[in-house]
Amino acid sequence: MLEPTLRDQMLSTVPSLRAFAISLSGNVDRADDLVQETLLRAIANIESFQPGTNMSAWLFTILRNLFRSEYRKRRREVEDTDGSYAESLKSHPEQSSRLEFNEFKAALGKLPPDQREALILVGASGFSYEEAAAICECAVGTIKSRVNRARNRLADLLAIEGTDDFGPDHATRAILAAGGRG
Amino acid sequence: MLTEVNQRKARGRLGRDVQSKIGQQLRAMYDNVVNEGVPDRFGEMLRQLDEQKGTEATSKPEPEKGVN
Repeated sequence: MLEPTLRDQMLSTVPSLRAFAISLSGNVDRADDLVQETLLRAIANIESFQPGTNMSAWLFTILRNLFRSEYRKRRREVEDTDGSYAESLKSHPEQSSRLEFNEFKAALGKLPPDQREALILVGASGFSYEEAAAICECAVGTIKSRVNRARNRLADLLAIEGTDDFGPDHATRAILAAGGRG
Repeated sequence: MLTEVNQRKARGRLGRDVQSKIGQQLRAMYDNVVNEGVPDRFGEMLRQLDEQKGTEATSKPEPEKGVN
């Protein structure tokens, strides 16, 4: 029997698990299947979870392993050259223009999977380097260098050098900000 | 020695504004999904599992610990 507290902890991790799964698989439906399978595995192996430890790190580890074994089985690259990965991620952030945001997602899709995963765990999911290393079953130093390389590569791809050089040029941004009227 | 370290830093490290911009975009993308909350299918699934188990083992799910 699953204790209500554990079940609540699992449910509260679902939104973040989905975001991670989408970033791994590049596909919302597949991501949801992955999350579902993760929850089933977790429940079947709940005895191996130590109460008081980090539930979300535990679930992320399960999900990542599931994804990896499936990936190995299928031998299909998730590498995204034509932008399908980027397209699968929903967009509509209010704080930045859509164009800028799409550019960012396209760049993220060009990162090697290991680097993208490390960057997302640390930069978006909010895990520490240590937790991310445990989830990815590698050394802390490896995670740090993956994150660094990911950031550098993104900066190159987006050609960011300083404060004002992110995304489209000023004119484009001004037009977008003004509601697209030229 | 010191200059070597500085050079490496200059080459290998991004400025804080660049890092924070990347971080902002990354979180915006991630949070779009997170803000969708828990899709019904997952809550439903856990509830069903609970019910199944509940009928299998008819014992009460009361914990045996004392009340605080």
